[in-house]
Amino acid sequence: MNNQRRTVLKSGSGAALLGILASAGIITPGMALAEWNKAAFDAKSMADTLKALGAGTPTESKDVQVTGPDIAENGAVVPVGVTSTLPNVTMMAILIEKNPNALAASFTLPEGTEANVQTRVKMGQTSNVYALVKSGDKFFMATKEIKVTLGGCGG
Amino acid sequence: MAANPMKIRASNKDGVTEVKVLISHEMETGQRKDASGAIVPAWFITELTAKHNDRVVLGAEFGTAVSKNPYLAFRFKGGAKGDKVTVSWKDNKGETRTDEAAIA
Amino acid sequence: MRLNLTCRLVGAALLALATGHALAQDAKVADELAKYREALADGNPADLLEVRGEGLWQEKRGPKNASLEQCDFGLGPGKLEGAYAQLPRYFKDTGRVMDVESRLVHCMMTLQGFTFEQATKNWYSKPGTESDIEALVTFIGAKSNGVKINVPATHPEEAKMAKMGEYIFYRRSGPQDFSCAICHGQDGKRIRLQELGNLTTQAGAGEAMKTWPSYRVSQGTVWTMQRRLIDCMRQARWPEPKYLSDSVIALETFLQKTASGTVMATPGIKR
Repeated sequence: MNNQRRTVLKSGSGAALLGILASAGIITPGMALAEWNKAAFDAKSMADTLKALGAGTPTESKDVQVTGPDIAENGAVVPVGVTSTLPNVTMMAILIEKNPNALAASFTLPEGTEANVQTRVKMGQTSNVYALVKSGDKFFMATKEIKVTLGGCGG
Repeated sequence: MAANPMKIRASNKDGVTEVKVLISHEMETGQRKDASGAIVPAWFITELTAKHNDRVVLGAEFGTAVSKNPYLAFRFKGGAKGDKVTVSWKDNKGETRTDEAAIA
Repeated sequence: MRLNLTCRLVGAALLALATGHALAQDAKVADELAKYREALADGNPADLLEVRGEGLWQEKRGPKNASLEQCDFGLGPGKLEGAYAQLPRYFKDTGRVMDVESRLVHCMMTLQGFTFEQATKNWYSKPGTESDIEALVTFIGAKSNGVKINVPATHPEEAKMAKMGEYIFYRRSGPQDFSCAICHGQDGKRIRLQELGNLTTQAGAGEAMKTWPSYRVSQGTVWTMQRRLIDCMRQARWPEPKYLSDSVIALETFLQKTASGTVMATPGIKR
């Protein structure tokens, strides 16, 4: 399926054909966006992940925020989000430094969608959580430590 | 196992539509072992798209670190009561699901 | 992985206790945990199960190809509004005090023709295996939202069960000589960061009972009251009762009686 799509995209009338395929219900909306970034999700360290995302060395910014509690009662479900007041935000991502793979999720924001996305992630242990934001053609970052605690094992 | 429906809530206030999505999915990490000690293979949503009527309002890519039964909340400008918000996901096994809700 | 996660790190909080700002830190930890719980409450994954439960309720299934819609939880066939809040109760047709789960299994057997083994095989879910009972109980429980728990246990059989439940609650046994009351019989107790309800008071029992069934984030699924209590007994190192045992229903009757008057708010969401 993916190979077929690449061929379609390479050909001159790609966009039109893609539209036809989409309207015919052959491809689902979920597949019409960029392909899942395997390299970024497979990367282990923060540095490798940022590289795979093409983010280089992001600038720390006060205009980016990691939202979420300081302490999570259970690492299996940690509410985190990214917000930013920067202009023209087209991409945001959540990275968890001490997870086996740092990248948890990334978001593509079309014009009109606010730079404010909340989700829930798994954390193997207490870790710095990073919010990565692409504003214009530059990358910015913010961090917050979230402690993973638990009371009463197994209960 | 057929995928269970999502729960999508969308509400418009002061010209901004807030969308909250709950998805039924195991989100197996591929690191957990079952009772016999065998690794349970990774099984997780990789891509998600949300649309307002026919316009894409959010694209998302997930890794295995997104929690079981994923939750997602986001906001976009525009949208009117009764408009359609559609969410589609696809997982690493190729399974897909699409659900929709009307903006309240 | 999940078990490892479960036993990690209270370290940060405990370290804080050693710094001399114990009380202030304690309050801050409590605030942050409250924030965490609040963030989870909006968007409870149990809602997904409730939808599935509704579907299962209406679906024609089993050897008799029938739905559960004629199942009587004590208020008449198919009448679910407020039914959960009045269980356990005595049922004439079976001559037993039944809770929501034993009654549900009874209906799956009588209306749909399942055997007991078929009906209860997946009474709780495991990763990759869904539980119809969890979904159905979530759906039925939510039909009592906003309704006051009302288990006066006035029928002699109900009164007997409530008394038995009270006895079990206070009875010390097992290798640790433990009882429910040791953890849940006083105000202001906690295990690590977990506050323990005083289940001997209306407020304490009410706070506990009104939120079940509840989504357990540590388990990634809804727990029914049967599972909650059976697991409590496991934690107390008691022999684990069988699913739907009278001992569990007795404890439920005692707790629901104590909690009576509290308004139901289910499904809850917990650690």
